[in-house]
Amino acid sequence: MTGLETVLRALPSLWGGLAVTLEASALSVAFALIGGVLLGTALVFGPWPLRLPIRGLVDLIRGIPVLVLIFFVYYVGPAAGLRLGNFAAAILALSLFSASQVAEITRGAISSVHHGQMEAARAIGLTFPQRLIWVIFPQATRRFLPPWINSVTDTVKGSALISLVGIVDLMLSIQQVIGRTYDPMPFYILGALIYLAINYSLSSASRHLEARFAYVAT
Amino acid sequence: MSEPLVRIAAVGKSFGATRVLDGVDLDVNRGEVVTIIGPSGSGKTTLLRCVNALETYDEGSVRVDGVEVGFRDGEAGRRPRRDRELSRIRAATGMVFQLFYLFPHLTAVENVMLGLRKVRRLGKAEARERALHWLDRVGLASRVDALPSQLSGGQQQRVGIARAVAMDPKVLLLDEITSALDPELVGEVLAVVRRLADDGMTMLVVTHEMGFAREVSDQVAFIDNGRIVQHGDPESVLRNPSGDRLRAFLSRVS
Amino acid sequence: MPYHFNFGLIWRHFDRLGWGLALSLELSVLAAAIGTVLGLAMAIAHVSGGRAVRTAIGAYVECIRNIPLLLLVYLVFYGIPSVVNLQYSAMTSFIVTLSVYYAAYLVEVFRAGLLAVSRGLTDAGKAIGLTAWQRLLYVRLPVMFRIVLPSLSNTFVSLFKDTSVASVLAVPELTYGAQWINNNTFRVIEVYMIVTPMYVATGYAILFLLRQFERRLAIR
Repeated sequence: MTGLETVLRALPSLWGGLAVTLEASALSVAFALIGGVLLGTALVFGPWPLRLPIRGLVDLIRGIPVLVLIFFVYYVGPAAGLRLGNFAAAILALSLFSASQVAEITRGAISSVHHGQMEAARAIGLTFPQRLIWVIFPQATRRFLPPWINSVTDTVKGSALISLVGIVDLMLSIQQVIGRTYDPMPFYILGALIYLAINYSLSSASRHLEARFAYVAT
Repeated sequence: MSEPLVRIAAVGKSFGATRVLDGVDLDVNRGEVVTIIGPSGSGKTTLLRCVNALETYDEGSVRVDGVEVGFRDGEAGRRPRRDRELSRIRAATGMVFQLFYLFPHLTAVENVMLGLRKVRRLGKAEARERALHWLDRVGLASRVDALPSQLSGGQQQRVGIARAVAMDPKVLLLDEITSALDPELVGEVLAVVRRLADDGMTMLVVTHEMGFAREVSDQVAFIDNGRIVQHGDPESVLRNPSGDRLRAFLSRVS
Repeated sequence: MPYHFNFGLIWRHFDRLGWGLALSLELSVLAAAIGTVLGLAMAIAHVSGGRAVRTAIGAYVECIRNIPLLLLVYLVFYGIPSVVNLQYSAMTSFIVTLSVYYAAYLVEVFRAGLLAVSRGLTDAGKAIGLTAWQRLLYVRLPVMFRIVLPSLSNTFVSLFKDTSVASVLAVPELTYGAQWINNNTFRVIEVYMIVTPMYVATGYAILFLLRQFERRLAIR
């Protein structure tokens, strides 16, 4: 079957693209996790001069389509004086997009922990960081994980758009292979299966984690 | 009419290993008010819901005006009724629920009109006229265009009664209709039911209101663990209970 | 290096942005309508159907929701015509793709909504003699819509933002307009300073309108 043969012969170039996709996604998820959790925590506990601009920034970024955000950082960044390569610009855009989602998820998860928990923790004499680490976060984690895994899959899907600023990720590798073989369908299907494999295992892991954390009441 | 309007005979139902109804016999004659009392889990609500096929029964027979509710006779014995047949049978009975279950997206008059238009196939004007008549009879003429969220519990329940009665049912099924009401609202609802009983409506009532059972019922049946343990006129069942279970139950509730 | 702002060039070509936004909205409305019909039909089928139907719809949802929209856009526009003798315009292709993509999200929204309709309400419908079809039409769907309206609003705003992907097929919506101006005038900061607020403002306007609609339905 020449169809199958073509696909098999193209696999090595696709692996390279897949590696770039995974790297871009992993970096963005990592930056977004750190940044988003910090911002989200600030949204719950911060003083209003801090909360207001963060709220504004988060709502602003969430209102921008991912593609526009990528174009914005890619084109406006260098023009505004930022020294960014293709890849760094893409990571920055994806991280901003994801961080705004994570901030909102964090805010929701922390807010859902019952007010009384904070008071009980204060009553036994824990300092603010201790209250956060030992009482609030462990309980908020259960509310945090499912939507966060969702945002991770959103980031992986969003990473496909970086192909439009010239980064040779899985999406662009597929386009390049099709450019050579003139046989689009098998490679689109293959690409779909690969993205499906990545994201489906992530959401399965999420369901598994949800079950593990079920002992936390409510 | 020799046969009672509602004839329940040897009805049995199991939920897995639990025997919910265990050989229940009960008759409701035309114009009669029969009240079923019993502890929770005794099967009284399940029994009531068998009469309009909201629950299925495994054995026995439930007939409303001569028609078997849950089953249809076929060549190979009887088979469970399908949804379309049930719709016609259910239209002949009316039910009022403990939690009212008014359609939240419809006003009071629209709630009452829905069955009249879609099941009785009345025209819009005629349905509205009937709905307004019954809302007036339950004392809600001034609230016909209110949404359920704008009505008190007692008012919502009265709309529920109007909705059931407007369909001109042969028998009215009342499922603990005052249990979810604040005490001061119970009276207005019971007053409506009393009036309906006086006008000759046939009713099968599940209730905790012993006063109501005593004053309005023609018959009272005490159900326990899926079977009717005592049955008779209100005086003999409620004033002079025989049997320990009934006595214990009455002392808890009264 | 100082950047000299020149908004004049943007205003001269503003019709690409203005009409682009109009086209983005048109794409959104069409895809939302088709997606809603598809998603609702599948949700009803899922809730009332047998194992085979539920598995099929479940597979559809999982497959679509886990792949990038961009991939689906290419697949429908380039992939399908290469194996089947079908031809369609870029705009048609994108609308179909976006509808199919969002139908997968809407199935879940509608399914959750239908399951949230309390059993008591369907019992009340049965008690007055409504058939299954009548209960669906007059009780379950109206109540479900009021329950899911918030989720629906958020989904539609996401849909609107995703119309930006149509730019890869050279559909002249807002993002394509921005890129055109960028490529032809190099006024990249100015154009994105205008286009970004256009997206954000429109998104919030849609949310606001839908919230008004929500309030109207609750009071009536």
